[in-house]
Amino acid sequence: MRIERLTKRFGQVTAVDNVELIVQKGEFFGLLGPNGAGKTTTIRLVTGVLKPDSGSITIDGIELARNPLEAKMQMGVIPEVGNVYPDLSALDNVDLVGRYYGLPRKEREERSNALLDDLGLKERKHDLVRKFSKGMRQRVSIACALVYEPSLLILDEPTEGLDVQSRRLIVDMVKQINQRGSTVILTTHNIEEANRLCQRVCIINKGKVVACDSPEKLRAAFQLTPAVEVAFDRQVDIALLKHPSLQRADACGDKLRLLTEDPEAIIEYLMGFRKEHGLRIVSLSTAGLSLEDVFVKLCEVPS
Amino acid sequence: MNWHIFVRGVRVTARKDMMIYYKKAPVFIFGLILPTFLFFAFFVGRQLDVQRYFPGFLAMSLFFTSSSVGPLIVPWEKQQGTFERLLSYPVNIEIILLGDVIAGAVFGLIISSIVGVVGFLFLPLQLADVLLVFLAFVLGNLCFSSLGVLLSSPAGKTPANIMMLAALVRFPLIFISGIFIPLNEMSGATRLVTQFSPLTYLVDALNHGMGQAAVMPWYVDIAALVLFTFVFVAGASFILKKRSMKGL
Repeated sequence: MRIERLTKRFGQVTAVDNVELIVQKGEFFGLLGPNGAGKTTTIRLVTGVLKPDSGSITIDGIELARNPLEAKMQMGVIPEVGNVYPDLSALDNVDLVGRYYGLPRKEREERSNALLDDLGLKERKHDLVRKFSKGMRQRVSIACALVYEPSLLILDEPTEGLDVQSRRLIVDMVKQINQRGSTVILTTHNIEEANRLCQRVCIINKGKVVACDSPEKLRAAFQLTPAVEVAFDRQVDIALLKHPSLQRADACGDKLRLLTEDPEAIIEYLMGFRKEHGLRIVSLSTAGLSLEDVFVKLCEVPS
Repeated sequence: MNWHIFVRGVRVTARKDMMIYYKKAPVFIFGLILPTFLFFAFFVGRQLDVQRYFPGFLAMSLFFTSSSVGPLIVPWEKQQGTFERLLSYPVNIEIILLGDVIAGAVFGLIISSIVGVVGFLFLPLQLADVLLVFLAFVLGNLCFSSLGVLLSSPAGKTPANIMMLAALVRFPLIFISGIFIPLNEMSGATRLVTQFSPLTYLVDALNHGMGQAAVMPWYVDIAALVLFTFVFVAGASFILKKRSMKGL
C-alpha cells in the first residue's frame, strides 16, 4: 500500500497532514498515535469511507480514488466502530460479507463455518449477534474480515476492551493470516502489543508522521542513556549506591533503575554491593527506552 | 466502474435490508398498521362507491408500505455502528441507496399486491388495463421507496427523528393526491397543488388501469413517476455523499 501526500481537513482542523507511507506486501505494520492524532481518519481514508482533500492511496497497484470498488476488493477491514449486524446470526453476518466479495456459495459456507469454529463460536453460530458479549461480537467481526482472505487486512483498535482470552484468540488469528501472506495494518493504543506484533511502526501525531521504523530501531534511535534494572530481596536505600559511572538512580516499584554510560561496570559494582550488604539479587537486567517511552517523547505527552 | 461489482453490491444490500429491516416495528407500524387504520377511518361505514375510491386506497397502501423501509435503514445502521463497516465493503453510496430502494420497493410490491389481489377477488372491481396497473405498481413502489431513502439521507443516528420527518412529509401528501377527494372533482389552486405530489400520478395511473375517470394521459403519469424516482434517488445520493459521516 502506498500513501502519497495524503491530506484531510475538517473545517479549520487538518486531521491528516501530507502523510506519506509505504507498507510492503506481507508486512505487519503498526499505526500508533495519541487520541486525536489522525489514526482513525487515516484508516477511514485508506478504507474509502472518507475522501481525501488531496493525495492518493494505491493498494496492490490499484488507485483507490479511480477504482474504489476494485481497491476495496483487496481489503478486509475491522473499523474502530465496526459492529456486525445484531439482528443477524453470526453465520449470516459472515455469509453476508462473503456475498459482498462475490465468494461462491460453497466456498462461503465452508469458510464461514470454519472461521466461526476456529474462533470458538461453533455452538453459537446460529444465534443472533444481539445476544453475544462484546468479545464474541468482535470475534464475529474478525470472521467477517477474514472470510475472503484479503491481501490487506486493516484493524482499528481490534482488541480494545476485550478479555485476555478473546484478545489472544484474535491476535493469534491475525498472526496466522499475516503468516499466510496478507499484509496487516494495525492501529492500537496498546504499545506493547504493537511492539510484539509489528515489523514496523509509524507514529503519527497531529496528523503528521513523526517516525516510521522497526520498534527496535526507534528505541535505539532515542536511547541516549542505557540503564541497569535490579531488584534485591529487600528494600535498599538509594543513597547507598555510589559509583563514578552511575548518573542517576530511581526506585521503580520493587526495582532500582540505574542510568549509566557503562552498564558492565555497574553490574560488577552491584555484585560487590550485594556481598557487602548481605543482599540477594532477585532480578537483574539491562534496559533502555521502551517503545512507550519513544512514543511519549515523539508525541510530547507528559509521562 | 466495474458493473459486475456494482450490480452484486446492489443485490446483496437489498437482500441484507430485507433480512433485517422488514421485521422492524416502525416498518409494521408505518407500513401496515397506519394505512389499515386510515382505510377504516375514511372508507368503512360510509356509502362510498368502491370502484371509484379503490384506486386511491390501493395507491395509499402502496405509498405507505414502500416508503416505510427506506427512512429507517441509514439511521438504524448509524445507530448500530454498522454503517461505517458497510462503507468499507466494495460498495459506494449509489450501491447502498439503490439496494435500499429495491428493498423498500419489494416490500411495497408484496403488500400492495396482496391488497390488490384481495380487492379484485372480493370486491366488484373492473380491471381495464392489466399492463398499466402492473407498470404503475412497479414504478410507484420504486418512486415511493426512493422518497423514503431521500428522507433518510440527511440522517444522524436517531431513527425516531427520521420517522417523524417521514410522517411529516407523507401525511400531507395523501390529502393532496386524489385519495379522499377524486382528482376530477378538484379545481383551481387545490388541483394545482396536486401536480406537485408524486402520489397524484400513481392514483391517476391506477384510475386509468381500473377504468375510472382520470385527469391526465396515462403516459404523463408514468413519465412523472419515472422523473420523481430519478429526482429522489439523485437527491438522496447528493445529500448522503455530503452527510454520510454524520453521527459516526
